[in-house]
Amino acid sequence: MAEIRNYTMNLGPQHPAAHGVLRLVLELDGEVIMRADPHIGMLHRATEKLAETKTWLQALPYMDRLDYMSMMANEHAYCLAVERLLGIEVPVRAQYIRVMFDEITRLLNHLLWIGAHGLDLGAMTMFIYAFREREDLFDMYEAVSGARMHAAYYRPGGVYRDLPDSMPRYDVSRHRSARTAGKLNENRLGSMLDFVEDFTNRFPRCVDDYETLLTDNRIWKQRTVGIGVVPPEMALNLGFTGAMLRGSGVEWDLRRKQPYAVYDRLDFDIPVGVNGDCYDRYLVRVEEMRQSNRIIKQCVKWLRENPGPVITDNHKVAPPSRVEMKSNMEELIHHFKLFTEGMHVPEGEAYAAIEHPKGEFGIYVISDGANMPYRMKIRAPGFAHLSSLGYMAKGHMLADAVAIIGTLDIVFGEIDR
Amino acid sequence: MAARIQLLKTALEAALGARIVSLTEALGELALVVKPEDYAAVANALHDTPSLRFEQLIDLCGVDYSQYGDRHWNAARFAVVAQLLSVAHNWRLRLKVFVPDDEFPVVESVTGVWASAGWYEREAFDLYGIMFSGHADLRRILTDYGFIGHPFRKDFPISGNVEMRYDPEQKRVIYEPVSIEPREVTPRIIREEAFGELRPRK
Repeated sequence: MAEIRNYTMNLGPQHPAAHGVLRLVLELDGEVIMRADPHIGMLHRATEKLAETKTWLQALPYMDRLDYMSMMANEHAYCLAVERLLGIEVPVRAQYIRVMFDEITRLLNHLLWIGAHGLDLGAMTMFIYAFREREDLFDMYEAVSGARMHAAYYRPGGVYRDLPDSMPRYDVSRHRSARTAGKLNENRLGSMLDFVEDFTNRFPRCVDDYETLLTDNRIWKQRTVGIGVVPPEMALNLGFTGAMLRGSGVEWDLRRKQPYAVYDRLDFDIPVGVNGDCYDRYLVRVEEMRQSNRIIKQCVKWLRENPGPVITDNHKVAPPSRVEMKSNMEELIHHFKLFTEGMHVPEGEAYAAIEHPKGEFGIYVISDGANMPYRMKIRAPGFAHLSSLGYMAKGHMLADAVAIIGTLDIVFGEIDR
Repeated sequence: MAARIQLLKTALEAALGARIVSLTEALGELALVVKPEDYAAVANALHDTPSLRFEQLIDLCGVDYSQYGDRHWNAARFAVVAQLLSVAHNWRLRLKVFVPDDEFPVVESVTGVWASAGWYEREAFDLYGIMFSGHADLRRILTDYGFIGHPFRKDFPISGNVEMRYDPEQKRVIYEPVSIEPREVTPRIIREEAFGELRPRK
């Protein structure tokens, strides 16, 4: 009789299927995973500690760099926590802009996820398709904030500035003829909202394309159906949130259950899975993309009809306009104090959570009344999801570990913080 | 929402009784402080009591209070703060416990109640040096292999103690004391008077 023994295999930290810097120590019995031990922290930058030495406003751009696939959603949670401590009201228009960009962010995140998940499991085309749409979404980010990824657009009290009246256009150059540029600029001739609306009109057909490629694809189903099954009570105990929890059949969405911003005024549905496997989570996320598209449409309609301020007029929190600053001594002092000493947040603690594309993203802040946070804790959804990898991968084949890592939708910026 | 918080408050008082050190409502959130010796039992009660049913441990973190505010902090230095969520009742609770003994802080683990506590407690151990008795696998999680110290403690410098470089002579990566001068970009200031028209200080 041959001697049979388990062996230990190292996967990562530099592995294309590890979605960043995941080191996985796997104990294998043949090709079956007996134990999976993720080693994280390769991207640890101590964001929480850094925030303790920065003013409340300076800590904001760090949020973009947490989950660098859904930048503005992270900012939203931070702003909600600070606003709760400050006790200030955010203008309704700013809340609609935030919701619109939260949903644009959700599309960005889910498109990257579907592309990368497809690529992991051998569906190359998905990646190219998903990135085609992401390009337009990045252009929206760029139009409002000037940055394609790390926007720093949301501020405590509102958003940095109102939506622009025009979209940047392609120039004619040595490499681009007038005809090509004209074609590329077709949907960029109007305002930014026109561009967003044009996108929402063609996006449902793009989702149909993705579904044609994957939903009934035999290989896709063989790789995902029945893989990484999590029953609902286990999903709750493991701290799952977002699509991971809904995939297991628990109807839980903070946008509906504990509404923030203006989600209670919008019409959308919450998709829920049945079996709790990778395939159900895929279906949930695809449907979420369609629902996000619906929400963006409603926001565009509202934003067109309702102009107004986009940031609070309390100049202890938000800077005054340039004109006011240059003509009024008091506003000049406000501006100077705000950008040197920063705002003071009243003593207290707050936990604000949002329905992030990946799950519940929360910011817990303790303020002792100073111009910087005393303690900030970032609750990253991916952290809880990845901690359950050992449970989910046990008993599966080695190749299924890749499918499970893909379905967790992990990004190391938020897990390692 | 205020009515639901009142409902939760009543349910907590009925279920926990004398084990509550303080139960405060602020900014629409409910915070419960318990004694360290009651911590594990309270966690169990919060999870199991049908009128409470906190099925989810959303977050757990350590806090170092040693430099809090502009007064001298003379209570326990470390605290463990857990954010709980009940999907069934749709309410949240912040559970806080101050850990005795600043030199060797130990508190009971809640991994037996919520599986998600495993990594969160490892993180609190790694960053603050808080021990969790009963945790099956209390290893460092975020810092480097072989890291010395607990980086999120307030007395740990922001630039760290050691830096790493490749040494061409020894042909390996070596650790050295940091060469960067610590600098303060914005000083930390606490103002006494109420600021603007914002919520006044308590």
